Amino acid sequence: MPVVDLAVSSKRDLNAALHALPANTNETHWHIANPDGAHALAAGVDAPVTIEIDGHAGYYCAGMNSQATIVVNGNVGVGVAENMMSGRVHVKGDASQAAGATAHGGLLVIDGNASARCGISMKGVDIVVKGSIGPMSAFMAQAGNLVVLGDAGEALGDSLYETRIFVRGAVKSLGADCIEKDLRPEHEEILAKLLHEAGVEGVSPTEFRRYGSARGLYNFHVDNASAY
Amino acid sequence: MCGIVGLFLKDPALEPELGRLLADMLVVMTSRGPDSAGFAVYGHGEAEHLKVTVRGPRLDEVEAALADIATAIRRDTHLVLSFPVFAEEQVRGWLALNRPDLVVTGTGKRIELYKEVGLPRQVADRFALPAMRGTHGIGHTRMATESAVTTDGAHPFSTGRDQCLVHNGSLSNHRSLRRQLEHEGLTFATDNDSEVAAGYISWRLREGDSLTAALEAGLEDLDGFYTFVIGTENGFAVMRDPISCKPAVMAETDRYVAFGSEYRALVGLPGIETARIFEPEPAHAYVWERN
Repeated sequence: MPVVDLAVSSKRDLNAALHALPANTNETHWHIANPDGAHALAAGVDAPVTIEIDGHAGYYCAGMNSQATIVVNGNVGVGVAENMMSGRVHVKGDASQAAGATAHGGLLVIDGNASARCGISMKGVDIVVKGSIGPMSAFMAQAGNLVVLGDAGEALGDSLYETRIFVRGAVKSLGADCIEKDLRPEHEEILAKLLHEAGVEGVSPTEFRRYGSARGLYNFHVDNASAY
Repeated sequence: MCGIVGLFLKDPALEPELGRLLADMLVVMTSRGPDSAGFAVYGHGEAEHLKVTVRGPRLDEVEAALADIATAIRRDTHLVLSFPVFAEEQVRGWLALNRPDLVVTGTGKRIELYKEVGLPRQVADRFALPAMRGTHGIGHTRMATESAVTTDGAHPFSTGRDQCLVHNGSLSNHRSLRRQLEHEGLTFATDNDSEVAAGYISWRLREGDSLTAALEAGLEDLDGFYTFVIGTENGFAVMRDPISCKPAVMAETDRYVAFGSEYRALVGLPGIETARIFEPEPAHAYVWERN
């Protein structure tokens, strides 16, 4: 089990070592000590390994992740799991802005809160936030599911495409073209599965409300000019 | 880009460490602003005395000419003159008459304000920041976007007594706001947009606003991107624009409140492992004051 102490070795060497891992590597569980808010930790990993970061990470942690399970025992800065393709990223603390931005796949779990623009332009990732999310979350979100156990800030889902948003708490306001929709049995199924995968116990899918696109902004329509 | 750091102490036992802690924070932010750096430190202030920080060449001459009324502390290109309040006109008069080339970077009971072009490490060392003591301090590392890389364009900006502001971002209505503030009697030393923001806050405070009210008024009147950190004689404030365009992270313990553009800047602070780490909300004025 490799342990990399960033107090004594360089982040570039760490990321280079992670990038070089073959799919059948025996080094399947990595520990990173003293991250001290460094940026781009474990970004660009493409191997089925587990990487634990023991402390707070900076920007773009686990960005572009494929296959790997990346656990942060702390907070993360802007853009955690940005453009993730697959795998799982678990933040035990809070996340800064743009968590899971543009991510195509995989699961992002945030135990604390995520600030502004969580899931902006998400393209298929599933995001579960156990706390609350900040303003302008899921802006132009295209596919995937955003599950929030707490509250959502202003302008949730502005200019949304087909992402499903589930919020258990209060929504401060909905963005342009985002509306509340019925929570049907198929949505409860999705929710139950994601809550289970995120390790959430004792919360029923029926406690959530669903939000999605009114599909009014898909094509230019002169009557909508003020909303563009 | 640009990097901001700020440290406001609650525990007087940390006061001798202020400069060292602030210098370390500033140096970490070099990657966000390698062009120039500056900082304001709120140190000791004698009763009925004023401190004026001036910057420019041939400071020995100033020190000698004012030796009868002012004590002077020379730090590289800056000179801090300390004198009784009643001598203010005399000092200012002498400076205006004999050395109009000098720039006054800050005036107040406790503020000292230093800025220079160069890497933050060099700037901190030139002014011996690590050895400074005080109750609070604010620093900035600059990557110029709105105006040239000059010492004048470096932050912090001070437009009122014991007031200073650092800014990460850019304002889009600073020209019109500048004209408006000039009508109100404010003067500006540079073309910099951040100096206008500093002037705006000074104007609101002059008109009787509390620091919180001044910042809240700014949410209406300042258009653009900003994370501000502001110092007053006894206060420390943080505000971000309504879409929180520019980064900010804060740490609070029983001993201090600290601000960094990135968490990396805070990792050297004592007790950071157990500090409350949080991201300041957009469009919210955070203010701490000492009695």
